[in-house]
Amino acid sequence: MKTALPAACIAFASSAPMRGTAALAAASISFTVVGMVGSSLGVAAIWHRAGRAWQAPAAIRAGLPRTCAVPAPIYPAMEPLALYIHWPFCQAKCPYCDFNSHVRERIEQPRFRAALRRELAFEAERAGRRPLASIFFGGGTPSLMEPETAAALIEDARALFEAPADLEVTLEANPTSVEAGKLAAFRDAGVNRVSLGVQSLEEEALRFLGRRHSAAQAVAALEMARGLFPRISFDLIYARPGQAEAAWRAELRQALALVADHLSLYQLTIEPGTRFATEHARGAFALPEPEEAARLYAATAEEAARFGLAPYEVSNYARPGAESRHNLVYWRYGDYLGIGPGAHQRVMRDGALLAIRRHRAPEEWLARVEREGHAITAEESLAPADRAREALLMGLRLAEGVDPARIEARSGVALAEALEPAMLAACLEEGYLEWTAAGWLRATGEGRLRLDAMLPVLLR
Amino acid sequence: MTDTPLSQIRNFSIIAHIDHGKSTLADRLIQATGAVAAREMKEQLLDNMELERERGITIKAQTVRLAYPAKDGKTYVLNLMDTPGHVDFAYEVSRSLAACEGSLLVVDASQGVEAQTLANVYQAIDAGHEIVPVLNKIDLPAAEPDRVKQQIEDVIGLDASDAVEISAKTGLNIEGVLDALVARLPPPKGNPDAPLKALLVDSWYDQYLGVVILVRVKDGHLRKGQRIRMMAKGQVHTVEQCGVFTPKMVAMDSLGPGEMGYITAAIKTVADTNVGDTLTDDRHPATEALPGFKPSIPVVWCGLYPVDADDFEKLRESLAKLRLNDASFHYEAETSAALGFGFRCGFLGLLHLEIVQERLSREFDLDLIATAPSVVYKIRKTNGELTELHNPADMPDGSLIDSIEEPWIKATIMVPDEYLGAVLTLCNDRRGQQVELTYVGNRAMAVYRLPLNEVVFDFYDRLKSISRGYASFDYAMDGYEEGDLVKISLLVNAEPVDALSFMAHRSAAEKRGRQICEKLKELIPRQLFKIPIQAAIGGRVIARETISALSKDVTAKCYGGDISRKRKLLEKQKEGKKRMRQFGKVEIPQSAFIAALKMDA
Ligand SMILES: Nc1nc2c(ncn2[C@@H]2O[C@H](COP(=O)(O)OP(=O)(O)O)[C@@H](O)[C@H]2O)c(=O)[nH]1
Ligand SMILES: C[S@@+](CC[C@H](N)C(=O)[O-])C[C@H]1O[C@@H](n2cnc3c(N)ncnc32)[C@H](O)[C@@H]1O
Ligand code: SF4
Ligand SMILES: [Mg+2]
Repeated sequence: MKTALPAACIAFASSAPMRGTAALAAASISFTVVGMVGSSLGVAAIWHRAGRAWQAPAAIRAGLPRTCAVPAPIYPAMEPLALYIHWPFCQAKCPYCDFNSHVRERIEQPRFRAALRRELAFEAERAGRRPLASIFFGGGTPSLMEPETAAALIEDARALFEAPADLEVTLEANPTSVEAGKLAAFRDAGVNRVSLGVQSLEEEALRFLGRRHSAAQAVAALEMARGLFPRISFDLIYARPGQAEAAWRAELRQALALVADHLSLYQLTIEPGTRFATEHARGAFALPEPEEAARLYAATAEEAARFGLAPYEVSNYARPGAESRHNLVYWRYGDYLGIGPGAHQRVMRDGALLAIRRHRAPEEWLARVEREGHAITAEESLAPADRAREALLMGLRLAEGVDPARIEARSGVALAEALEPAMLAACLEEGYLEWTAAGWLRATGEGRLRLDAMLPVLLR
Repeated sequence: MTDTPLSQIRNFSIIAHIDHGKSTLADRLIQATGAVAAREMKEQLLDNMELERERGITIKAQTVRLAYPAKDGKTYVLNLMDTPGHVDFAYEVSRSLAACEGSLLVVDASQGVEAQTLANVYQAIDAGHEIVPVLNKIDLPAAEPDRVKQQIEDVIGLDASDAVEISAKTGLNIEGVLDALVARLPPPKGNPDAPLKALLVDSWYDQYLGVVILVRVKDGHLRKGQRIRMMAKGQVHTVEQCGVFTPKMVAMDSLGPGEMGYITAAIKTVADTNVGDTLTDDRHPATEALPGFKPSIPVVWCGLYPVDADDFEKLRESLAKLRLNDASFHYEAETSAALGFGFRCGFLGLLHLEIVQERLSREFDLDLIATAPSVVYKIRKTNGELTELHNPADMPDGSLIDSIEEPWIKATIMVPDEYLGAVLTLCNDRRGQQVELTYVGNRAMAVYRLPLNEVVFDFYDRLKSISRGYASFDYAMDGYEEGDLVKISLLVNAEPVDALSFMAHRSAAEKRGRQICEKLKELIPRQLFKIPIQAAIGGRVIARETISALSKDVTAKCYGGDISRKRKLLEKQKEGKKRMRQFGKVEIPQSAFIAALKMDA
């Protein structure tokens, strides 16, 4: 096993017992100094209690390897916080979608606006005045929101947190004409990045996916967005029933020519409980076999590369520097607040990493926020082993991989202890995983293609 | 006190092929003699255990004492002994038969004589029984009593002219059976004044009473409070209770010669009682034990492992509980590199194995992996040492082996003519040696000598399928013989999986090796890595297959809120892995083990 690890990790393994117990203790009791956080650079960080949590010599900050154009900070409490805001309504439910989205005749926009603001205030109060990394309006279809709502929330967030001038503010938008018409108002509200749900540039596919817009409308929405926002991205769903590789390459090329610097390209997934799940089970349509899906995936990366877009995450492609900063916070297992129905949240508070959930049903969420100021249904302190698993299952989706020092800082578990040594060795040998020159562990393209099979055996 | 004169006692058993109506007839006899009130009557009174009821197989011997007022004005005691109905329990059957003077030979008049009928009737004849043929199911339109009588005469050589024709189902002519028992069976012999000699026919564990022993008194008396000695090992117990089954347990002060009944004597486990043993009076012991005692020896062994390693202790407890009531199966802890901690278990035969396995999963709710059943080989090493091999994994290195002997059986197969060809091919493929081939009407009777090793591999299943279920099969052990046997190891990802190794004749080794590799390829799902599968004899690979790596398996969209869900899913998958067996970087699902053991050609 030792041969599989670079020198730095052997050092981890050799001092493992003492560090392991100390890290465990960290989860349950108060302490001042918990343990050494070794890193490949041979520097140590020390975990203090009392609000400030992690501290590390500046040397780490300066010396850390970077493989992604957007840097990943290493100090959990000091690092900027991402803010997710969920808008739970759509005009219609798409047959493949299992997001927390609901169709309503009438939406009391002012009440939802007020409630979202209350939850934001509630969380800001608890979080303290931390630096803010990004805001993301997701859904659902947040472009159905009144732009005033976005404006109010952006303004609140800028007031409550330490926001940089170039704060990334993303809005998910559907490319119907109604919503395209509101894009300018969203820009005025402070949105500076849109992610359009184009899904396909083929009419037949859009019908199959149950979308309420045409390809032409989508293109028009894109054109308009390009004129309004410095950064745009859009989503496509591929590996659809019967989709030929050549056809997908053609569709994708067309899309790449339209986009500036970021694309999310998702293979169609059958989610339990959706209409597609029923139809698929009934045999109404079939998805491509895994071999075919793998070929489509490879073709996708090839086409994207021609336009200078690299896969920085399993399904996300960007020009260096154009990555979604907000989503990177998730994948790097950073702190994020999540407000609105069903939103999830991960924040470090007093050394505990809290997993927080909110009520999913819009009306119940609203009633609770109006009654209690928030609609939290569960607040759980994650055990070190759980944190390590979460950090790894997110981090290995990224092309940059995971920094052992950061994994340990976030979870309290050394990377070497979070992995099955035999599996690590086997995956390295097979070329599914590799150590970068800087000592990060990353899944290769082949590895990322099989991540769901790898993680359950690799993670402890 | 049972002081029935010997002349008014009849002890009998019922011999029948499965489903020919033994249990139904027993029910009718019990009913006709009023032993059970009509409202208490439930079907198949004697088949106690749930499993027995379901499979129509009697595992434990049982008796019921019937009082029959015969035409001569006297009331007779008719003791019906229900014997275990399967070849695996041949020895137990022989002891049950030794407790009786006669048998009813029940033959389904629409089906005729079957293999099991034959084996059992020969045993009864060997035991010196008077045999009364009974043709059952004559209510069926397909019944051919005359043809079947002829068959009984031709095949078994018994006079069937006085066969009693009945329908156990409708109750037709049950009187006839009762009268025949009184008139045609001899009364038991015995000396009431001699020292006690009683045959231990069977025993079982009762939650409230402890071990209950089923006995047949030959000489003297068995009394409550008596100090009795078991002659095989000399243990002494005090009789706490003795009595008879009607079929309810009814306590008696004593049991005299010729009687069948039970005793309890504060015995903790049936392992302390040996079927066939002789009970005698500790103070006035008999000088000689009854003939025919032999300790039970397992013929088939296999490993039983909990699917979930955490169930090991539960398995141990469950085996101990089962053994309370079934001393004929043996177990000892063993470890397998592949399967972890488990037990090597010995059985009287394949059915016995299946019953125990089924009871473990049913009564104790255990998920088990069973390794390939293995017979007991006798290995002579080059240094002259003789050892018994119960587990192919323990096979010594080839260079240390001088010769290997394997057990053979003598099998009797009865099959309609049209399937005979297929059956003979099967027997020949399995290294069978034909002993006899005769016809009984349009049914053929083939007697073959076969290596038991060839039978434990799915022989029953094959026989059933090639004969559309019409073949009947029975066997008896038939000694050991040297054979050219090799151990075939299975290597998954270059690592030997001890639990999949098995013994085979050299001539069949390659084919078997190839079949099992192909099967495993089908059964082991594609995984993260490509997996070579090999079969080898010693260091020589005789077959190989490769399972290619899975080509794609990754969640397309994953951000934000998904994390807990993803983690929980991951944890569930990890939990699921517990049900799989990990071999280095490969996991093998339980189903692969089970199915790999079943070979269809
Ligand atoms: N038609 C008919 N069926 C019978 C008769 N005796 C038994 N059976 C049926 O045959 C099947 C097997 O009977 P069973 O007593 O369990 O057979 P065993 O396996 O020998 O104990 C059952 O379905 C009975 O109902 C009979 O006289 N006539
Ligand atoms: C929150 S959702 C949708 C945002 C927006 N409401 C829309 O429909 O454009 C984000 C993206 O996930 C992708 N997606 C949702 N369900 C999917 C599925 N079952 N398979 C593949 N991609 C899916 C779609 O591309 C979708 O745009
Ligand atoms: S895909 Fe978008 S528009 Fe369709 S139901 Fe899901 S969230 Fe709503
Ligand atoms: Mg029966």
